[in-house]
Amino acid sequence: MKIKLSIKPLVIALSLIGAGNALADITIGVSVSATGSAAVLGGPQKNTTELLPTSIGGEKIIWIVLDEATDPTAAAKNASKLINENKVDLLIAGSITPNVMAAAGAAAESKTPLIALAPNPADGEKFKWTFTMPQGIGLMAEGILEHAKAHNVKTLAFIGYHPDAYGEVWIKALQANVAKYGITFGPIEGFARTDTSVTGQVVKIISAKPDAVIVVASGAPAAMPHSALTERGYKGQIYQTHGAPSPAFLKIGGKNVEGGIIVAGPLIEWDQLPDSHPSKKVGGEYAKLYEAKFGAGSLSSFGGHMWDAWQIASRAIPVAKKKAKPGTAEFRAALRDAIESEKEVAGVHGVFNMSPTNHNGHDARGRVLLQVQNGAFKVISK
Amino acid sequence: MDSSVALVLAQDGITNGAIYALLSLALVLVFAVTRVIFIPQGEFVAYGALSMAAINAGFLPPTMWLVVTLGIAVAIVDSVAALREEAAARLPMIIFKNAVLPILALVVVRYLPLKSLAYPLQVAIALAFVVPLGPQIYRLAFQPVAEATVLLLLIVSVAVHFVLVGLGLYFFGAEGGRTPAFTDGGITLGATYIQFQTLWIVGIAAALIAGLALFFERSIYGKALRATAINRTGARLMGISADLAGKLCFTLAALVGAFSGILIAPITTIYYDTGFLIGLKGFVGAIIGGLASYPLAAAGAILVGLLESYSSFYASAYKEVIVFTLIIPVLLWQSLTKHHVEDEDEH
Repeated sequence: MKIKLSIKPLVIALSLIGAGNALADITIGVSVSATGSAAVLGGPQKNTTELLPTSIGGEKIIWIVLDEATDPTAAAKNASKLINENKVDLLIAGSITPNVMAAAGAAAESKTPLIALAPNPADGEKFKWTFTMPQGIGLMAEGILEHAKAHNVKTLAFIGYHPDAYGEVWIKALQANVAKYGITFGPIEGFARTDTSVTGQVVKIISAKPDAVIVVASGAPAAMPHSALTERGYKGQIYQTHGAPSPAFLKIGGKNVEGGIIVAGPLIEWDQLPDSHPSKKVGGEYAKLYEAKFGAGSLSSFGGHMWDAWQIASRAIPVAKKKAKPGTAEFRAALRDAIESEKEVAGVHGVFNMSPTNHNGHDARGRVLLQVQNGAFKVISK
Repeated sequence: MDSSVALVLAQDGITNGAIYALLSLALVLVFAVTRVIFIPQGEFVAYGALSMAAINAGFLPPTMWLVVTLGIAVAIVDSVAALREEAAARLPMIIFKNAVLPILALVVVRYLPLKSLAYPLQVAIALAFVVPLGPQIYRLAFQPVAEATVLLLLIVSVAVHFVLVGLGLYFFGAEGGRTPAFTDGGITLGATYIQFQTLWIVGIAAALIAGLALFFERSIYGKALRATAINRTGARLMGISADLAGKLCFTLAALVGAFSGILIAPITTIYYDTGFLIGLKGFVGAIIGGLASYPLAAAGAILVGLLESYSSFYASAYKEVIVFTLIIPVLLWQSLTKHHVEDEDEH
């Protein structure tokens, strides 16, 4: 009993010292899908955190990186752990849409700013605290529709992840916009990432004779319907979304994806961008750092969103620090306000102009059209 | 839908159905002999396909380290068991079979020009480094609890599934693999074009099924497996080792799974986690056969393949819903028509 009493003040003192230190540091919680089916997305995002600085303006940054394993339940758990146990000042989370939605709830409830790494339909209070790095689907969809209209496409068929969050947002974005471009949309066919065959869907699309087909899927699985269409003799234009471009897509697709047109962020082929493009410089910096550490050819579009998250955060943190001390609710609120007022921030995926009504901030500079030519992605203008 | 579309879909359904049929047979076999509902069956498909893709690209099959590690683990477990029974004379054989042999194989394969080997040899190497996982997993995960309830075995099975999927990501990465066709090209029959690979799949699946039937009818090991399936205690009284039967049927299941993977790898991209869904569809087939009848399971699996193919044409968004909903009327029918046996009464 005696010993216990004498130790107690010491323990309290020590923990106070510890707490004092922790308060001055900036804690950033990251939750990405380093494993599971979205590992292709989350892996490069996790890698990118290793390239990010550990201090800013003399202040230490504590990075806490967790794996959400492509599982919304794990994503929700990670978010609440980072917020409640680690008291993070900023959350960067969600390699896939459902995981962003899982984190956005926790972020809004605790009033913690969240930088999302996947497109998402966050609204209301959730929208207030969520900032989204990837280009909105609407922006990307218009890129494809513009090209389709310029090439006299009147009917556009869809094959993609459906039912699935990524497929659904694309279907909605296309349905909302096709009329403007004088295009009829359909039939809409679905498949899943692990399907071993898309014959039924492809046969149905070909018998409907659309002028063009859009494939909405990610990575190598996006090559499967594309190849099946080509193999069955489909001659129309095949479009792919920014989920597709990756070395695996080219490897699996081979000759069958030749000529396919992909709407994508500017990062993947940053060296082909004109010098005037704002993403060329920052894209080049990131690409060189990443490939130096993880090997040539390892660069992926998805890791770029993490880099952009840092471009946004590194500008907002000094602004917020003038108003409040890191680790407090006031700092988190100030950080949110600072992010919301950022203008003309050049990222690897275009330029961000945030506003109270636009938490994505991309414009047409955030998309380029790529075409598969001789087994490589080439930037095309029109 | 005109007849040519119907034919294309039928061809697609039968191709996938043939793979599901092989898996459903393996599932029925494993369940009949060991009462294990073998959830990881699909993982062998992915392991087989991706090992083949690795070898084809000139890399060593990544599973070999797992085979060696598990081999050493089995050698240790078996040695301890042998020492307890005071049968030290068996030790050299145990160590050679389980630990030395895989290491020797590994050394040999290291020096082979994998990429330029003939296709059948590549297949043999892929199988050599995936199939041993079957008996190894049985020895380490299932044999110690062989007498437990079906539910406990199922839970162990689920655990093994998760371990194998995780290891699959580690071994093969998140990117999928694809291999060249056994024979390129195809033939045009009437209005439909049939890839040679499709013929290979259906042909080899049929041959494997016939081979399995012969094995169970004619060979002494096949008869031992059948005896164990009919009555475990009775078979043991006749001198049939339950452990041997277990290992043997897991070997067969791994072989069938890995070979299925090698068969479909040329027509589709396989990912480290593709196997689970393929295995589940084989399972639906096996359920249609009441987890007991081989011909019914195979027919059920073909039905699953066809249903999947036609529903992907008519209502692609609901394809999986349609396929897996099939299980409900089948289960209803079986529970109404068959006498219900409690797990605990089976011993």
